[in-house]
Amino acid sequence: MRQSSLLYFDGVSVSFDGFRALNSLSLVIEPGEMRAIIGPNGAGKTTMMDVITGKTRPDSGEVFFGGATDLTRMDEAAIAELGIGRKFQKPTVFESHTVWDNLELALKAPRGPFSTLFHVLRPAERARIEDLLELIRLGSRRDDLAANLSHGQKQWLEIGMLLAQEPQLLLVDEPAAGMTDAETAETADLLRDINKTRSVVVVEHDMTFIRALGVKVTVLHEGSVLAEGSIDHVSSDERVVEVYLGR
Amino acid sequence: MITSFLVRAFDRQAALFLAILGLVIVAVPALNLLLPPDHPLHVPTYAVSLMGKYLTYALLALSVDLVWGYCGILSLGHGAFFALGGYAMGMYLMRQIGPRGVYGDPVLPDFMVFLNWKELPWYWTGFDMFPYALMMVLLVPGVLAFIFGWFAFRSRVSGVYLSIITQALTYALLLAFFRNDMGFGGNNGLTDFKDILGFPVQADGTRAALFVASGLALVLCFLLARSVTRSKLGKVLVAVRDAESRTRFLGYRVEHYKLFVWTLSAMMAGLAGALYVPQVGIINPGEFEPANSIEAVIWVAVGGRGTLFGPIFGAVLVNYGKTWFTAVLPEVWLFALGALFVVVTLFLPKGLVGLAAMVRARLPRHRTLKSEPATPSTGEPQPAE
Repeated sequence: MRQSSLLYFDGVSVSFDGFRALNSLSLVIEPGEMRAIIGPNGAGKTTMMDVITGKTRPDSGEVFFGGATDLTRMDEAAIAELGIGRKFQKPTVFESHTVWDNLELALKAPRGPFSTLFHVLRPAERARIEDLLELIRLGSRRDDLAANLSHGQKQWLEIGMLLAQEPQLLLVDEPAAGMTDAETAETADLLRDINKTRSVVVVEHDMTFIRALGVKVTVLHEGSVLAEGSIDHVSSDERVVEVYLGR
Repeated sequence: MITSFLVRAFDRQAALFLAILGLVIVAVPALNLLLPPDHPLHVPTYAVSLMGKYLTYALLALSVDLVWGYCGILSLGHGAFFALGGYAMGMYLMRQIGPRGVYGDPVLPDFMVFLNWKELPWYWTGFDMFPYALMMVLLVPGVLAFIFGWFAFRSRVSGVYLSIITQALTYALLLAFFRNDMGFGGNNGLTDFKDILGFPVQADGTRAALFVASGLALVLCFLLARSVTRSKLGKVLVAVRDAESRTRFLGYRVEHYKLFVWTLSAMMAGLAGALYVPQVGIINPGEFEPANSIEAVIWVAVGGRGTLFGPIFGAVLVNYGKTWFTAVLPEVWLFALGALFVVVTLFLPKGLVGLAAMVRARLPRHRTLKSEPATPSTGEPQPAE
């Protein structure tokens, strides 16, 4: 099972000062899959992202990427280079850079200081940035500072930056937070579009958004998996209803 | 590749700035050396050295701006690198005194004879050769900064905590250099210099040459800093300043970037210190005083951080103010400096350069220029703020 998986969690536990953020979490994401992760606050969604991206080391358990690469031994930069991109809950872009520069910095290229010191933008890279600008619909704002974008546009720019990294797996934390209904629907379309070529893990609270994605859902609760299946399947599960509504 | 790296440094702004600086570098020594002393436009030699000192402060400010303005590392200990560069130059100048010291020892500087030392400590060897001393001017601050930065950045020490350790660094060096056994002249430091490269340090011609050298060093370091900040590496630095963890998750090793710019900046500060010492004629542990490093940060804040031009103007302006105040109203100076810092922090977050940009934006003529058609440029036009 591990060999054929893209992302493989087995018995992963993380505690902070006695609080068990992840409790023997096991989870498998297949290559090319899009998966939605839901769960109440404190269920361990963000900690799971932190473990995948190397920000937090698990106390125990295994985390493998692509079947063979042990993520628990790598730092953030190495994991990013490996092909895992992360979008934060709060849109995080480089505010004092232009939209164009934000994308240029994210573009897949050598990451060392000396490579960037003498870097000259090649035509192919330029074309790639143009494509991305079109995809995230920010072509007309390319020379504007990212600080001047609306909240939704920042979310999109950040997704564009993720794509510029050309990751195999995208981790997207609450992409629809703070978006209008129209923006939410467009974001769902965008993610489905991205999923044609890449695997995506979406953490989200918004049920209409999850429905719009129409993918397999994993419900986390107190650091482990409570239920897994289609949105209709999990929302009829009694324990899930209790976790979400009972308290 | 290298040429495009250097070409990046030039544009209209940089050309204008370099023209002004070039004019100063030519005019001041010319007015000093060519005009008779009673001519109204004659620049007295003490003023040449004073302005030369300002230029070395400007270079120190430039180096602080590189780490603080672009990478968000607030160093409150850059004076340490400045002083170390100064000491390396001071050691060369001491060795040039030769048998002309008070005790007439052909090799040992006076203070070593006074301490009853019989031979030169090992770390003083080689400092009689100028190229070696020059290498040490860059290497000593550079290596110290590299080691310090290696540990600090790898452990992800940042913000206020880093600022505090940089203060501790310069304070520790202050205490160390005060000790006579260190072999750097203790409390009195190194002074009574005679020659530099065979020319008497006090002579008008040497003073003018040192002024020109300070100006040229500033020009070269400015161009270097500008090429660095306008390269993709410079954009990464600003990215680190604005959103460090985002930069990390994009795959950049933030600690390597910080280490690069930190070491480069320390070497610039060292060079500034080396040019400072022959012009003021002394280097003592007082240069490690934490207050000096803080003052350098104020120059940068006043001029405008993250602009490269600003800190240079800031350093010259504040130091001119200091010279004026300490001559006319000495007791008011520290209050004036404090007030200046408060005003800049509260009302001018981008310093004088920011103020100038604000005034210019109000002029209608410039507004139309702003809305030129969006071309798929390389993203060059705006220098990071």
